[in-house]
Amino acid sequence: MIDDKMEIAKQMADDYELRSADAMCVNESRLTHKWYHDLKYVLVGIFFGITFIKAEIVSWFRIQEMFRLQSFHMYGVIGTAVVVGAISVWLIKRFKIKTIYGEPIEFHPKKFNKGQIYGGLLFGLGWAITGACPGPLFAQIGTGAAAISVTLLSAIAGTWVYGSFRDKLPH
Amino acid sequence: MIEFMKEPWPWYVAGTIIGLTVPILLILGNKTFGISANLRHICAACVPGNVKFFKYDWKKEKWNLLFVAGIIIGSAIAATLLADSKDVVVHPDLVRELAGYNITNLSNLVPSDIFSFSSLFTLRGSVLMIGGGFLVGFGTRYAGGCTSGHSIMGLSTLQWPSLVATISFMVGGFIMANLIMPVIMSL
Repeated sequence: MIDDKMEIAKQMADDYELRSADAMCVNESRLTHKWYHDLKYVLVGIFFGITFIKAEIVSWFRIQEMFRLQSFHMYGVIGTAVVVGAISVWLIKRFKIKTIYGEPIEFHPKKFNKGQIYGGLLFGLGWAITGACPGPLFAQIGTGAAAISVTLLSAIAGTWVYGSFRDKLPH
Repeated sequence: MIEFMKEPWPWYVAGTIIGLTVPILLILGNKTFGISANLRHICAACVPGNVKFFKYDWKKEKWNLLFVAGIIIGSAIAATLLADSKDVVVHPDLVRELAGYNITNLSNLVPSDIFSFSSLFTLRGSVLMIGGGFLVGFGTRYAGGCTSGHSIMGLSTLQWPSLVATISFMVGGFIMANLIMPVIMSL
């Protein structure tokens, strides 16, 4: 009985460790909610998707202009987002703001590894080709650019290949 | 109001909304903004194979897949109900460069001259669509995040590894757009 419990705890710890690998963070909550609580993330996504399109962030042309220094637009978007994000995070820490469920908000420090350079360069090459990071790939499909689903499938394949060769790559 | 919303939104409006996504997701449920992780969750859910990297409980991250579902819905709304009939304004130097690659249709967010099902059967089109997608998927996971996870969430929380990643993204992008892309486009 005690062995069973320890086995379950060990499995949960293993799962947590695995999910943490190469991830921004793992979102662990001890609270369990009814399924419809997750619908609020759909709503945030909808506003986010509308912004993506209306501000032309998912435009292939805007990304090309960014990498040729022909337009300030994308630098303005990312710069403003970082400033607004940083002020918000500072306020959350300063006033110890909690989640709507009363849980303390947690931040997970990111460790450096060489993948951030090698992987970052490879992603940069792909970003300039597709004019899209992962979010905009989904958004482009949403606008009816059905052919981009091929690019998305290829991106999923890329992630899968990375997962398969992860242990052999320098980190 | 609707007329105003139909115009292309300025960078400071878009930047503010995207920046506010960071605290909104944190306050709604301690969620860390990051979109590329979904590519991994899709692998874990659909084709984990025998790869340890994908053998985790992806259902614990389903909020993120729902967030992306929202992005698709929101994009569809913006492209239909809030659509702007005018062409995308493109920098004249870029118009000239693209014309040299036979890319002349500038009416969509994505140039249909290179990103279409028919161009998939050309060497140039397949390199761009399949090769480009592969690099995005492989590179973001290798880097541990993409523009949202590193450049926005990571920089907002003042993490220097995310600054390293962001600089690498930009260097890769500049190399591709200015040095490699002219070669691919001539295929």
